[in-house]
Amino acid sequence: METKNINLKLKIWRQKNSNSVGSFVDYDVTVSPDASFLEMLDELNNKLESQSLEPIVFESDCREGICGTCGLVINGQPHGPIPRIATCQLHMRNFKDGDTIWVEPFRAKAFPVIKDLMVDRSGFDKILQAGGYISANVGGAQDANAIPIPKDVASEAFDAAACIGCGACVAACKNASAMLFVAAKVSHLGLLPQGQPERYRRVERMIAKMDELGFGSCTNTYACEAECPKGISVKFIARMNRDFISAKLKSKSLDIA
Amino acid sequence: MINLDSKVPSGHISEKWTNHKFNLKLVNPANKRKYTIIVVGTGLAGASASATLGELGYNVLTFTFHDSARRAHSIAAQGGINAAKNYQNDGDSVYRLFYDTVKGGDFRAREANVYRLAEVSGNIIDQCVSQGVPFAREYGGLLDNRSFGGAQVSRTFYARGQTGQQLLLGAVASMNRQVDLGTVKLFTRREMLDLVVIDGQAKGIIVRNLITGEIEKYSAHAVVLATGGYSNVFFLSTNAMNCNTTAIWRSHKRGALFANPCFTQIHPTCLPLHGDSQSKLTLMSESLRNDGRVWVSKIKNDMRHPNDIPEDDRDYYLERKYPSFGNLSPRDISSRAAKEVCDEGRGVHGGEAVYLDFRDAIKRLGKNVIEERYGNLFEIYETITGDNPYQVPMKIYPAPHYTMGGLWVDYNLMSNIPGLFVLGEANFSDHGANRLGASALMQGLADGYFVIPYTMGDYLASYKPTLVETSHPEFEKVKNEVQDLTNKLLSIKGKRTVDDIHKQLGRIMWNKVGMARNEKGLKEAIQEIRELREEFWKSVNVPGSGADVNQTLERAGRLADYLELGELMAIDALDRNESCGGHFREEYQYEDGEAKRDDENYSYVAAWELKENFNWELHKENLVFEYVKPAVRSYK
Repeated sequence: METKNINLKLKIWRQKNSNSVGSFVDYDVTVSPDASFLEMLDELNNKLESQSLEPIVFESDCREGICGTCGLVINGQPHGPIPRIATCQLHMRNFKDGDTIWVEPFRAKAFPVIKDLMVDRSGFDKILQAGGYISANVGGAQDANAIPIPKDVASEAFDAAACIGCGACVAACKNASAMLFVAAKVSHLGLLPQGQPERYRRVERMIAKMDELGFGSCTNTYACEAECPKGISVKFIARMNRDFISAKLKSKSLDIA
Repeated sequence: MINLDSKVPSGHISEKWTNHKFNLKLVNPANKRKYTIIVVGTGLAGASASATLGELGYNVLTFTFHDSARRAHSIAAQGGINAAKNYQNDGDSVYRLFYDTVKGGDFRAREANVYRLAEVSGNIIDQCVSQGVPFAREYGGLLDNRSFGGAQVSRTFYARGQTGQQLLLGAVASMNRQVDLGTVKLFTRREMLDLVVIDGQAKGIIVRNLITGEIEKYSAHAVVLATGGYSNVFFLSTNAMNCNTTAIWRSHKRGALFANPCFTQIHPTCLPLHGDSQSKLTLMSESLRNDGRVWVSKIKNDMRHPNDIPEDDRDYYLERKYPSFGNLSPRDISSRAAKEVCDEGRGVHGGEAVYLDFRDAIKRLGKNVIEERYGNLFEIYETITGDNPYQVPMKIYPAPHYTMGGLWVDYNLMSNIPGLFVLGEANFSDHGANRLGASALMQGLADGYFVIPYTMGDYLASYKPTLVETSHPEFEKVKNEVQDLTNKLLSIKGKRTVDDIHKQLGRIMWNKVGMARNEKGLKEAIQEIRELREEFWKSVNVPGSGADVNQTLERAGRLADYLELGELMAIDALDRNESCGGHFREEYQYEDGEAKRDDENYSYVAAWELKENFNWELHKENLVFEYVKPAVRSYK
């Protein structure tokens, strides 16, 4: 595959640490259209290192779109211009010779910048640690086929479970809401028979934690679904809201918060 | 003196684990909370171990270099997990899974460990379902299965092409529950840089806080490593960018034996290389070989478009050479066959790629069925290559994927250092010289859910280890050594970048310690790696400081370890004068090119001990096959 390299102007966000003020820095690069976006940054970093300059900090790991580590805002869009992929799956053939590309970190109050393009998304784990599980100790599980689960139910639970926890939904939302992320987990577990005993307690606890961490509210713009690399549907937010209201109705507590 | 006692229990193989569990000592429930256990790594093995140890009531400190436990590379496993459930009524059994795994490993695994793995495999599926893992199901609501390489039964459970993701999210959720309950304390963005051994026992670890740069000390009654494999020694592999050998390698340098380092698996179905800037190789799940047919042209340097190559000019070489397993031949055999046809000049356009074709499957089953089975994999392929596999055959080529070698462990998964346990890909124990598809997930979870909770209690109850304060001089000494190493890497400021040197190491490893090895190449590799290691310490350039985020420093430390491990891999490959599984020595083959094993002389685990100045001493654990008699491994 002999393809002609393309020349690009990059405007990349550089920020020393969470307390300092950042700014865009210009870089000119020449890159193969077959390279991925992150491989382009690798090459640029290799060049910077060879000049004893500090490379641009960005995160990535699997580079197959499944680990959820990477996440850049490219020309204003989380994970770039192509729908339903993570940043690591974006290839340079989607850009034209002479293009200018703006590269920023995910921006949200609950995702503070650590350095350059690296942000702190630990809030997501805190939400999952507030009930995002099914309490089943190892040891006593019954045979896996003991509870038949209709194919469509298992499939819908999977659609929700496909979330990679990248945070694009938060970055895309003007309110920096984590509703799609939380709804995906609540729905995954709430759809399955195994998840029923804790269904209402779970949704209450996870939403309370989400609010506590400073994620915003949902105003139904659907930007989250549009930017989600796994195409997770906003219908799960509606489902979570139903569960949340049910939980409040079933609650023995008289608090209405 | 090193004692390589495998501690395999006596008795019939089907009763060993049951009897052993009864004989293991227990820790009283009220006493468990008095013990602290460190777990390093949060992949399937580490997360499941943290969860079960937490459930039992131990104090668990879990470490990962990721920002979140869920990022560990188990997440990327696509195809599935094996279990001897025999839901398909197709003749599967614990014994058959055991037999297939021992044979698949080319008779270089420990029988008792493999049997235990097969024995607990069914429970793994039960446990995962109870946690809410959304496995694929039939219309009747029961679990669906598919086939994988090296097996003639359908025993692979799957969740679309994202089985690893769903299993890991299940294990991490179980661990998160323990975090919620307070038994597990999770430390993210911490990279283990050394092991602290006091009076011969593992007592703690030294980590670098990847945000602040601080070197931190943690002590415990026992340490569990579940830090994965070392395929990134090749630079290009299917592993994630940050996968590394540092935790197990530095433990090796503290006395843990490294077993079978040359047993590396080259996965047959990966995307071919596209250029110099490539950062990793992408795997396409082996499950594709259930329906895809592998072929090349019969003509050398055939430049025609694949759709223009008529049936008569196509060589379906796996079906031709291995009619009973065909496209589902094991990984080592399929990879070598691909290399062979490409070396003949019959690869795609004469280069290094072969076709994986779904034309016939689409004709037979319809596009919808293929889309349902592999839709997301086809999307991944098209995103990366720009080609549509529904219309044009995929191009694939083998790539380094999994490492069967790792730290030596006994039947209890404890290394030769008391108190240091090693789980999952990081140990050497279950896959011999070649791992079968869908068995890595099985092993990770077997170790974490079903083995370590028993064997850890036995260690604590029999050795009665004490907790050492981190102010102990040995902790201070090891911490200072780690700090010195960091300072040294930062002070060289030479002319070569970390990636530049890593790529050079990768080329040496791929060309001389890769899919086919020979004495001359291995000797050259040893020399070249030594020279490159020297050059690294003279001319590497790590910009920035150690006092904040410094990803180049992280990579430099990992590369320093690869530059040592690479040499040991070559030494081990040179020492093993036979071909078996993923280790193919060109001097040892049958006339038809099949691997020639030497059971008389090499039926052992090669466990290496590091001596002064990068000299290693070989310790052998002889392998005894009482149940599966070693035979020429035929898939014909």
